[in-house]
Amino acid sequence: MIAWALNIASVAVALALLLNGWRLLKGPALGDRIVALDTMVINVIALIVLIGMIGGNDTYFEAALLLAMVGFVSTIAYCKFILRGDIVE
Amino acid sequence: MTMIVDIVISALVLLGAGFVLIGSWGLVRLPSTMERLHGPTKATTLGLGALLLGSVLYFQLRLGTWSAHELLISLFLFITAPISANMIAKVHLHRLHTGALSEPDSIAGPPPRPGDDGDWATFAEPQQDTPAATANT
Repeated sequence: MIAWALNIASVAVALALLLNGWRLLKGPALGDRIVALDTMVINVIALIVLIGMIGGNDTYFEAALLLAMVGFVSTIAYCKFILRGDIVE
Repeated sequence: MTMIVDIVISALVLLGAGFVLIGSWGLVRLPSTMERLHGPTKATTLGLGALLLGSVLYFQLRLGTWSAHELLISLFLFITAPISANMIAKVHLHRLHTGALSEPDSIAGPPPRPGDDGDWATFAEPQQDTPAATANT
């Protein structure tokens, strides 16, 4: 039962990634693209956790933790760059 | 006992994936940028929280190994998701303010004005005696 749930969840998260990619390509505002990128990072974390659960191996979770940190920092850096034209003042 | 554990883990995983999908569907469906922020920041964060909780239970109860990574990931995401949403909203307000884009029709209408005669704090001039003013100049 868990194997079925993991497969269905993987398909759902992959579909969510595709929807984010559509919004990333379509825009129209710059804020939409930043939201789409930020959500893609979160969905990739979900996908990594699902892969770790399918394989019964928690080694990948360190990659997910790193991705959570890097994704947040990159979103903030992008926003600061648009707001101020500079990242570290 | 094993059956109950299986049902709980499967329900958490399916709930999490469903909320992640609903968040992205909201990102596609909602009409304006400020409303599109709602889907990912709330539904996706909740979905990932349920997924990570299911993962903790799965590794603890089925595989017998304790892994604390999920707790760290969910703690970090729950702290950072509102901050990045706030920054994205600020970017959008600035680009509306400078006339770089125009807001399409939304369900809820334009966001309410801040009180009195003031404008959003993010548009204010930086004060001279504050070392790190984040306002736009």
